[in-house]
Amino acid sequence: MAQLKVNPTRMELKRLKERLKTSARGYKLLKDKTDEMIRRFVVIARENKILREQVEQELGIALQGFVFSRAVSSNQVIDEAIIMPNRIIELQCNKRSIMNVAVPSIDIKEQSVAQDMYPYSFTSVTQELDNSVEILDKLLVKLIKLAEVEKTCNMLADEIEKNKRRVNALENVIIPQLEETIKFIKMKLDENERSATVRLMKVKTMLEQN
Amino acid sequence: MYNRIGVIGNKDSVLAFNAVGVEVFDCTQPEHAKELIKRLSKEGFAVIFIAEQLAEQISDVVTRAKTQPYPAIVAIPLDKEGTGYGMRSIKKDVEKALGIDILFNRED
Repeated sequence: MAQLKVNPTRMELKRLKERLKTSARGYKLLKDKTDEMIRRFVVIARENKILREQVEQELGIALQGFVFSRAVSSNQVIDEAIIMPNRIIELQCNKRSIMNVAVPSIDIKEQSVAQDMYPYSFTSVTQELDNSVEILDKLLVKLIKLAEVEKTCNMLADEIEKNKRRVNALENVIIPQLEETIKFIKMKLDENERSATVRLMKVKTMLEQN
Repeated sequence: MYNRIGVIGNKDSVLAFNAVGVEVFDCTQPEHAKELIKRLSKEGFAVIFIAEQLAEQISDVVTRAKTQPYPAIVAIPLDKEGTGYGMRSIKKDVEKALGIDILFNRED
Protein backbone atom coordinates (compact mmCIF):
# COMPACT_ATOMS: atom_id res chain seq x y z
CA MET A 1 0.00 0.00 0.00
CA ALA A 2 1.26 3.39 -0.93
CA GLN A 3 2.18 5.64 1.88
CA LEU A 4 2.62 9.37 1.81
CA LYS A 5 6.04 10.87 1.38
CA VAL A 6 6.57 12.64 4.68
CA ASN A 7 9.37 13.19 7.15
CA PRO A 8 9.04 10.80 10.08
CA THR A 9 8.77 13.42 12.78
CA ARG A 10 6.48 13.92 15.72
CA MET A 11 5.04 17.06 14.14
CA GLU A 12 4.13 15.12 11.06
CA LEU A 13 2.65 12.33 13.12
CA LYS A 14 0.42 14.73 14.99
CA ARG A 15 -0.70 16.37 11.77
CA LEU A 16 -1.49 13.03 10.13
CA LYS A 17 -3.44 11.81 13.13
CA GLU A 18 -5.56 14.93 12.92
CA ARG A 19 -6.13 14.33 9.25
CA LEU A 20 -7.12 10.74 9.84
CA LYS A 21 -9.64 11.83 12.41
CA THR A 22 -11.16 14.34 10.00
CA SER A 23 -11.23 11.83 7.17
CA ALA A 24 -12.91 9.19 9.29
CA ARG A 25 -15.54 11.66 10.38
CA GLY A 26 -16.04 12.94 6.84
CA TYR A 27 -16.33 9.41 5.58
CA LYS A 28 -19.08 8.60 8.04
CA LEU A 29 -20.98 11.77 7.25
CA LEU A 30 -20.72 11.31 3.50
CA LYS A 31 -21.83 7.72 3.76
CA ASP A 32 -24.90 8.76 5.74
CA LYS A 33 -25.57 11.45 3.18
CA THR A 34 -25.43 8.96 0.32
CA ASP A 35 -27.81 6.64 2.13
CA GLU A 36 -30.33 9.39 2.70
CA MET A 37 -30.01 10.68 -0.86
CA ILE A 38 -30.60 7.22 -2.26
CA ARG A 39 -33.65 6.80 -0.08
CA ARG A 40 -35.11 10.05 -1.40
CA PHE A 41 -34.03 9.28 -4.93
CA VAL A 42 -35.93 5.99 -4.98
CA VAL A 43 -39.13 7.76 -3.97
CA ILE A 44 -38.68 10.47 -6.58
CA ALA A 45 -37.70 8.04 -9.32
CA ARG A 46 -40.87 6.01 -8.69
CA GLU A 47 -42.96 9.17 -8.84
CA ASN A 48 -41.15 10.17 -11.99
CA LYS A 49 -41.97 6.93 -13.69
CA ILE A 50 -45.65 6.95 -12.75
CA LEU A 51 -46.01 10.57 -13.80
CA ARG A 52 -44.32 9.96 -17.11
CA GLU A 53 -46.52 7.01 -17.90
CA GLN A 54 -49.63 9.07 -17.23
CA VAL A 55 -48.38 12.03 -19.22
CA GLU A 56 -47.37 9.96 -22.21
CA GLN A 57 -50.72 8.25 -22.32
CA GLU A 58 -52.79 11.40 -21.99
CA LEU A 59 -50.60 13.30 -24.39
CA GLY A 60 -51.21 10.59 -26.96
CA ILE A 61 -54.98 11.01 -26.60
CA ALA A 62 -54.79 14.80 -26.81
CA LEU A 63 -52.58 14.84 -29.87
CA GLN A 64 -54.69 12.24 -31.57
CA GLY A 65 -57.73 14.47 -31.14
CA PHE A 66 -55.75 17.30 -32.59
CA VAL A 67 -54.76 15.27 -35.62
CA PHE A 68 -58.39 14.27 -36.13
CA SER A 69 -59.55 17.83 -36.02
CA ARG A 70 -56.90 18.75 -38.53
CA ALA A 71 -58.16 16.08 -40.82
CA VAL A 72 -61.74 17.33 -40.59
CA SER A 73 -61.19 21.07 -40.82
CA SER A 74 -58.78 22.76 -43.12
CA ASN A 75 -55.32 23.67 -41.86
CA GLN A 76 -56.08 27.31 -42.23
CA VAL A 77 -59.12 27.14 -39.98
CA ILE A 78 -57.20 25.31 -37.25
CA ASP A 79 -54.24 27.66 -37.43
CA GLU A 80 -56.51 30.61 -37.23
CA ALA A 81 -58.39 29.14 -34.30
CA ILE A 82 -55.44 28.52 -32.04
CA ILE A 83 -52.74 30.89 -33.17
CA MET A 84 -53.73 33.48 -30.56
CA PRO A 85 -54.02 31.85 -27.15
CA ASN A 86 -56.43 33.19 -24.57
CA ARG A 87 -54.01 32.82 -21.76
CA ILE A 88 -50.34 33.03 -21.17
CA ILE A 89 -48.86 30.59 -18.73
CA GLU A 90 -46.24 32.03 -16.47
CA LEU A 91 -44.15 30.02 -14.10
CA GLN A 92 -42.99 30.76 -10.62
CA CYS A 93 -39.58 29.19 -10.39
CA ASN A 94 -37.56 28.74 -7.28
CA LYS A 95 -34.81 26.51 -6.09
CA ARG A 96 -35.36 23.99 -3.37
CA SER A 97 -32.70 22.09 -1.56
CA ILE A 98 -32.72 18.33 -1.16
CA MET A 99 -29.71 17.25 0.89
CA ASN A 100 -27.93 20.40 -0.21
CA VAL A 101 -28.61 19.78 -3.90
CA ALA A 102 -30.30 22.78 -5.47
CA VAL A 103 -33.25 21.41 -7.41
CA PRO A 104 -35.93 23.41 -9.18
CA SER A 105 -39.39 23.88 -7.82
CA ILE A 106 -41.81 25.15 -10.40
CA ASP A 107 -45.30 26.49 -9.84
CA ILE A 108 -47.76 27.75 -12.37
CA LYS A 109 -48.72 31.36 -12.08
CA GLU A 110 -51.50 31.58 -14.57
CA GLN A 111 -52.47 34.81 -16.15
CA SER A 112 -55.81 34.29 -17.70
CA VAL A 113 -56.96 37.05 -19.96
CA ALA A 114 -60.41 35.63 -20.49
CA GLN A 115 -62.48 33.24 -18.47
CA ASP A 116 -62.88 30.86 -21.34
CA MET A 117 -59.90 28.70 -22.15
CA TYR A 118 -60.87 28.11 -25.77
CA PRO A 119 -59.28 30.78 -27.90
CA TYR A 120 -61.76 30.32 -30.75
CA SER A 121 -65.45 30.31 -31.41
CA PHE A 122 -67.15 26.96 -31.35
CA THR A 123 -68.73 27.37 -34.75
CA SER A 124 -65.54 27.18 -36.75
CA VAL A 125 -63.98 23.98 -35.49
CA THR A 126 -64.94 20.49 -34.51
CA GLN A 127 -65.49 18.97 -31.14
CA GLU A 128 -62.25 16.98 -31.31
CA LEU A 129 -60.27 20.17 -31.04
CA ASP A 130 -62.24 21.22 -27.96
CA ASN A 131 -61.50 17.91 -26.34
CA SER A 132 -57.83 17.92 -27.16
CA VAL A 133 -57.39 21.49 -25.94
CA GLU A 134 -59.20 20.65 -22.73
CA ILE A 135 -57.04 17.57 -22.12
CA LEU A 136 -53.89 19.51 -22.91
CA ASP A 137 -54.91 22.27 -20.55
CA LYS A 138 -55.32 19.81 -17.71
CA LEU A 139 -52.20 17.96 -18.74
CA LEU A 140 -50.09 21.06 -18.53
CA VAL A 141 -50.06 20.95 -14.76
CA LYS A 142 -48.81 17.40 -14.90
CA LEU A 143 -46.26 18.26 -17.55
CA ILE A 144 -44.81 20.99 -15.39
CA LYS A 145 -44.75 18.62 -12.44
CA LEU A 146 -43.03 16.05 -14.62
CA ALA A 147 -40.39 18.57 -15.60
CA GLU A 148 -39.75 19.38 -11.97
CA VAL A 149 -39.61 15.76 -10.84
CA GLU A 150 -37.47 14.64 -13.74
CA LYS A 151 -34.99 17.41 -13.19
CA THR A 152 -34.83 16.60 -9.49
CA CYS A 153 -34.24 12.98 -10.39
CA ASN A 154 -31.43 13.87 -12.79
CA MET A 155 -29.68 16.11 -10.35
CA LEU A 156 -29.99 13.74 -7.44
CA ALA A 157 -28.62 10.89 -9.54
CA ASP A 158 -25.69 13.07 -10.50
CA GLU A 159 -25.02 14.08 -6.93
CA ILE A 160 -25.31 10.51 -5.66
CA GLU A 161 -22.74 9.38 -8.18
CA LYS A 162 -20.33 12.12 -7.16
CA ASN A 163 -20.88 11.43 -3.50
CA LYS A 164 -20.30 7.72 -3.96
CA ARG A 165 -17.00 8.48 -5.60
CA ARG A 166 -15.98 10.64 -2.68
CA VAL A 167 -16.95 7.95 -0.18
CA ASN A 168 -15.01 5.35 -2.13
CA ALA A 169 -11.96 7.56 -2.38
CA LEU A 170 -11.99 8.12 1.35
CA GLU A 171 -12.65 4.50 2.20
CA ASN A 172 -10.22 2.86 -0.17
CA VAL A 173 -7.47 5.40 -0.69
CA ILE A 174 -7.20 8.25 1.76
CA ILE A 175 -7.88 6.44 5.03
CA PRO A 176 -5.65 3.39 4.35
CA GLN A 177 -2.90 5.73 3.15
CA LEU A 178 -3.04 7.79 6.29
CA GLU A 179 -3.11 4.73 8.53
CA GLU A 180 -0.15 3.26 6.71
CA THR A 181 1.84 6.47 6.99
CA ILE A 182 1.04 6.88 10.67
CA LYS A 183 2.21 3.32 11.29
CA PHE A 184 5.39 4.01 9.35
CA ILE A 185 6.19 7.15 11.33
CA LYS A 186 5.50 5.41 14.64
CA MET A 187 7.85 2.56 13.75
CA LYS A 188 10.50 4.97 12.60
CA LEU A 189 10.26 6.97 15.81
CA ASP A 190 10.44 3.81 17.93
CA GLU A 191 13.43 2.69 15.94
CA ASN A 192 15.16 6.02 16.56
CA GLU A 193 14.43 5.77 20.23
CA ARG A 194 15.86 2.24 20.43
CA SER A 195 18.98 3.20 18.55
CA ALA A 196 19.44 6.16 20.88
CA THR A 197 19.17 3.87 23.91
CA VAL A 198 21.60 1.40 22.42
CA ARG A 199 24.04 4.18 21.65
CA LEU A 200 23.82 5.42 25.23
CA MET A 201 24.43 1.92 26.60
CA LYS A 202 27.36 1.48 24.25
CA VAL A 203 28.90 4.80 25.30
CA LYS A 204 28.38 3.90 28.96
CA THR A 205 30.20 0.55 28.62
CA MET A 206 33.01 2.22 26.70
CA LEU A 207 33.36 4.78 29.47
CA GLU A 208 33.37 2.03 32.13
CA GLN A 209 36.06 0.03 30.28
CA ASN A 210 38.37 3.01 30.24
CA MET B 1 -35.62 35.10 -14.17
CA TYR B 2 -36.89 31.84 -15.47
CA ASN B 3 -40.61 31.83 -16.07
CA ARG B 4 -41.48 30.69 -19.57
CA ILE B 5 -42.41 27.37 -21.12
CA GLY B 6 -41.57 26.27 -24.61
CA VAL B 7 -42.25 23.29 -26.81
CA ILE B 8 -39.96 22.20 -29.62
CA GLY B 9 -41.16 19.77 -32.24
CA ASN B 10 -42.60 19.48 -35.68
CA LYS B 11 -45.27 21.99 -36.52
CA ASP B 12 -48.30 19.73 -36.68
CA SER B 13 -48.01 18.28 -33.21
CA VAL B 14 -46.61 21.33 -31.48
CA LEU B 15 -49.32 23.70 -32.59
CA ALA B 16 -51.85 22.22 -30.19
CA PHE B 17 -49.81 23.58 -27.28
CA ASN B 18 -50.27 27.07 -28.60
CA ALA B 19 -53.90 26.93 -27.60
CA VAL B 20 -53.07 26.52 -23.93
CA GLY B 21 -50.62 29.35 -23.74
CA VAL B 22 -47.29 27.63 -24.24
CA GLU B 23 -44.80 29.10 -26.65
CA VAL B 24 -44.13 26.77 -29.54
CA PHE B 25 -41.18 26.40 -31.86
CA ASP B 26 -41.33 24.51 -35.10
CA CYS B 27 -38.21 22.53 -35.61
CA THR B 28 -37.27 19.23 -37.18
CA GLN B 29 -33.53 19.53 -37.76
CA PRO B 30 -31.12 18.52 -34.97
CA GLU B 31 -28.75 21.44 -35.60
CA HIS B 32 -31.59 23.87 -35.54
CA ALA B 33 -32.86 22.33 -32.31
CA LYS B 34 -29.46 22.72 -30.68
CA GLU B 35 -29.36 26.41 -31.50
CA LEU B 36 -32.92 26.79 -30.36
CA ILE B 37 -32.18 25.23 -26.98
CA LYS B 38 -29.15 27.44 -26.56
CA ARG B 39 -31.18 30.50 -27.36
CA LEU B 40 -34.13 29.55 -25.18
CA SER B 41 -31.98 28.86 -22.15
CA LYS B 42 -30.55 32.34 -22.47
CA GLU B 43 -33.96 33.88 -22.85
CA GLY B 44 -35.19 32.56 -19.53
CA PHE B 45 -37.18 29.50 -20.37
CA ALA B 46 -37.64 27.38 -17.28
CA VAL B 47 -39.12 24.36 -18.97
CA ILE B 48 -38.49 23.21 -22.51
CA PHE B 49 -40.45 20.27 -23.82
CA ILE B 50 -38.90 18.62 -26.80
CA ALA B 51 -40.09 15.85 -29.09
CA GLU B 52 -38.50 12.55 -28.15
CA GLN B 53 -37.18 11.95 -31.64
CA LEU B 54 -35.35 15.26 -31.63
CA ALA B 55 -34.08 14.80 -28.10
CA GLU B 56 -32.57 11.49 -29.07
CA GLN B 57 -30.65 13.08 -31.92
CA ILE B 58 -29.19 15.83 -29.77
CA SER B 59 -28.79 13.79 -26.61
CA ASP B 60 -25.42 15.40 -25.85
CA VAL B 61 -27.05 18.79 -25.36
CA VAL B 62 -29.92 17.30 -23.38
CA THR B 63 -27.54 15.37 -21.14
CA ARG B 64 -25.37 18.40 -20.52
CA ALA B 65 -28.38 20.42 -19.44
CA LYS B 66 -29.14 17.89 -16.73
CA THR B 67 -26.54 19.25 -14.36
CA GLN B 68 -28.10 22.68 -13.82
CA PRO B 69 -31.45 23.40 -12.20
CA TYR B 70 -32.74 25.45 -15.13
CA PRO B 71 -33.80 25.02 -17.87
CA ALA B 72 -35.46 21.66 -17.42
CA ILE B 73 -35.43 19.93 -20.78
CA VAL B 74 -38.05 17.21 -20.91
CA ALA B 75 -38.45 14.78 -23.78
CA ILE B 76 -42.07 13.93 -24.47
CA PRO B 77 -43.55 11.80 -27.24
CA LEU B 78 -45.09 14.33 -29.59
CA ASP B 79 -45.46 12.05 -32.57
CA LYS B 80 -47.86 9.16 -32.59
CA GLU B 81 -45.30 6.66 -31.47
CA GLY B 82 -42.81 7.74 -28.87
CA THR B 83 -39.32 6.31 -29.07
CA GLY B 84 -39.23 5.61 -25.34
CA TYR B 85 -36.34 7.99 -24.91
CA GLY B 86 -37.84 9.61 -21.83
CA MET B 87 -38.40 6.30 -20.08
CA ARG B 88 -34.91 5.17 -20.93
CA SER B 89 -33.43 8.30 -19.44
CA ILE B 90 -35.21 7.63 -16.14
CA LYS B 91 -33.80 4.13 -16.23
CA LYS B 92 -30.36 5.53 -16.91
CA ASP B 93 -30.65 7.84 -13.93
CA VAL B 94 -31.58 4.97 -11.68
CA GLU B 95 -28.66 2.95 -12.93
CA LYS B 96 -26.36 5.89 -12.39
CA ALA B 97 -27.51 6.41 -8.83
CA LEU B 98 -27.97 2.88 -7.60
CA GLY B 99 -25.54 0.95 -9.78
CA ILE B 100 -28.21 -1.36 -11.11
CA ASP B 101 -31.78 -0.85 -12.10
CA ILE B 102 -33.78 -2.32 -9.26
CA LEU B 103 -36.88 -0.22 -9.72
CA PHE B 104 -38.06 -0.95 -13.22
CA ASN B 105 -36.68 -4.31 -14.21
CA ARG B 106 -39.85 -6.13 -13.19
CA GLU B 107 -41.81 -4.76 -16.12
CA ASP B 108 -39.29 -5.52 -18.84
